[in-house]
Amino acid sequence: MAIWTQKHLLDLERLSADEILTILDTAESFKEVSTRSIKKVPALRGRVVVNLFMEDSTRTRTSFTLAAQRLSADVLEFGASGSSVSKGESLRDTARNIEAMGVDIIVIRHGAAGAPHYLTQCVGCSIVNAGDGGHEHPTQGLLDIFTIREVKQRVEGLKVAIVGDIAHSRVARSNLWGLKKLGAEVIMVGPTTLVPRSFAQLGARVCHNLDEILPEVDVINMLRIQRERITSNVFPSVHEYTRMFGLTSERLARARPDVLVMHPGPINRGIELASEVADGPHSRILQQVSNGLAIRMAVLYLCSQATSGQPGPDSEETP
Amino acid sequence: MSAIGENNRTILLKGGRVIDPASGFDAVADVKVQGGRILEVGTGLAGQADLVVDCREKIVAPGLIDIHVHLREPGGEEEETIATGSAAAAAGGFTSVACMPNTDPPLDNEAAIEFVLRQASRSGCCNVWPIGAITKGRQGSELAEIGQMVRAGAVAFSDDGMAVASPAVLMRAMQYVSMFDKVIIEHCEEPSLVKGAAMNGGVTATRLGLPGSPSIAEDLAVQRDVTLAEYTGCRFHVAHISTRQAAEVVRQAKRRGGRITAEVCPHHLLLTEEACATYDPTFKVAPPLRGARDVQGCLEAVVDGTIDCLATDHAPHAKEEKELEFLAAPPGMIGLETALGAFVKALIEPGHLDWPELIRRMTINPARVIGIDRGTLAAGGWADVVVIDPALRWTVDASTFQSRSRNCPYQGWQMQSRAILTICGGRIPHADASTGIEPDVAVCL
Repeated sequence: MAIWTQKHLLDLERLSADEILTILDTAESFKEVSTRSIKKVPALRGRVVVNLFMEDSTRTRTSFTLAAQRLSADVLEFGASGSSVSKGESLRDTARNIEAMGVDIIVIRHGAAGAPHYLTQCVGCSIVNAGDGGHEHPTQGLLDIFTIREVKQRVEGLKVAIVGDIAHSRVARSNLWGLKKLGAEVIMVGPTTLVPRSFAQLGARVCHNLDEILPEVDVINMLRIQRERITSNVFPSVHEYTRMFGLTSERLARARPDVLVMHPGPINRGIELASEVADGPHSRILQQVSNGLAIRMAVLYLCSQATSGQPGPDSEETP
Repeated sequence: MSAIGENNRTILLKGGRVIDPASGFDAVADVKVQGGRILEVGTGLAGQADLVVDCREKIVAPGLIDIHVHLREPGGEEEETIATGSAAAAAGGFTSVACMPNTDPPLDNEAAIEFVLRQASRSGCCNVWPIGAITKGRQGSELAEIGQMVRAGAVAFSDDGMAVASPAVLMRAMQYVSMFDKVIIEHCEEPSLVKGAAMNGGVTATRLGLPGSPSIAEDLAVQRDVTLAEYTGCRFHVAHISTRQAAEVVRQAKRRGGRITAEVCPHHLLLTEEACATYDPTFKVAPPLRGARDVQGCLEAVVDGTIDCLATDHAPHAKEEKELEFLAAPPGMIGLETALGAFVKALIEPGHLDWPELIRRMTINPARVIGIDRGTLAAGGWADVVVIDPALRWTVDASTFQSRSRNCPYQGWQMQSRAILTICGGRIPHADASTGIEPDVAVCL
């Protein structure tokens, strides 16, 4: 049943619906590992996973580290500061040096869109994209979809609103491709300066009025708003943004009773998301985080299988 | 001035299709060159010659002229030098190039202009015409010593790489430059709209998650500059036009009788923003590769004569500069050794231009923009001649190029037609092996 031949996970745009479902299904079987008293399987024993994080990240990095450890891989942490990168080494040289130490998978977070794609031309090991600039964050997209499927028992036919800084969001792009491939409708919501019209050409519905779409959506995925955007004049003040696009309990009252509220974190409480909503019954934000671990285990596992040419996830080493 | 000096040899180019758009000549004829000058163009020319070249089935034209190249010297010698850049030019059939002043330090004073001319006379394979900076240090605030640079040999003025941001500064520059009847060449992109951008703004940039600059950044700058040029009366040339609307602004200005000219580069006619989809920095260039509608607009502007000149914007970058993330890599592509084939592919093969029109936009038109006495085969003129084999099919392999850099967007492409012999001031800086002629190695590295 499993359909997986990819050596890398670069973005969701290039994956088929079947490949996405393979990851989700594999993650489902890995999720059980976290409930065991010994939270470890030998799937990646003897393999080396490097976390090459050129941009600050806490939860994604920790999640990948833990995922690799639960698969029994050796994990090496590599960051931009305190390394040769701070001495001006190019990404290509950094990656080639790391590879020369014999690694199987490089998990890369980078501020430049396309950096993981570029790395596939520099090194021979598997590359997993942990977020590249404003392009994609495929494991975040996958864990969001996984959570939606878990709660709603389906993805097809759902209406999912993604609210916030769509223009600069890699989370929005990964969600868009993944959700569309699985048959959901995606509505991009935010001010005109943060939701470019070109998203309509990519197959999203574009909307600049949160109240208008709230009653019809099944899922609301709230994105983090960055205060730095104010200096580039994309919105005049945090206050105004919150008044127009913040998800408060009053607003939420207009939504469907079974609406699912998500957020990739970290949350700006009181800005894009009111505390009572973040901690309320519709929120599945912490479930997203635990699902992220299972998704990353699945991704590392599947990519390493493709590299080694070993049998697929149905082999004896699966949990 | 002739950068590579004169030569007393007599060369007879026999039986080629001689195309000299400046005089309207287009017929099978012979061209005789002596003492670094064109002696005669006619049929059945005989008499003594040191070298007789059979040019049947070939095109004999004035040496090609590219008024937009970056030779990187001084300061960027690992990317290109005047010697290697002019060798690349000669290999591409060019006998004159005008080099942009965004070197390090920039060409913003008399001594820098003299340095370029001296380097060109020492090792140049073609005529090198320096373009001076408009402002000191290309900083966009204070006028550079334009008069001194004119005296030293600067043919035009530009802060290429970016537009002069302040309309007040550019207005003064235009007023001042008009005193010398020189031309201002602008890189027309509104700086505040292209800041931080890596490619053309639009759906492709949205999909790739790369910061884009909208095409109106160019439209606005061209509109502003044309307005200033008409107000000041300065001769004005739009570098590397890449949008339909920018071309339309130039078209309207020409109808009003403005002294406005424009050029287009092969990559803006042959490639679209989709080329960036693999994040290969070879395709990062400024102005960026645009959408199909803009490409079509540029082609139409070439066809109707709005765009006078074909130029390369030859912008060499070292391997390590382009071996980076798309966002971090510098913009620019090399073009001298592929220009002819690329323009033939874009303009002649689809039937947009015929050979005389193509040659006009690559010889006499650019010569007139920068005011040099080149670009024609008139008797008594400089012996700058190119022999083109229009049937020669070849595959682009940048590793064989004379240029020091390899950032070529056409690697592996099939092209038709190539310069097989380049004569500059009577000397031969380039001769294809098929001709059996030994090039004058002394003039080149």
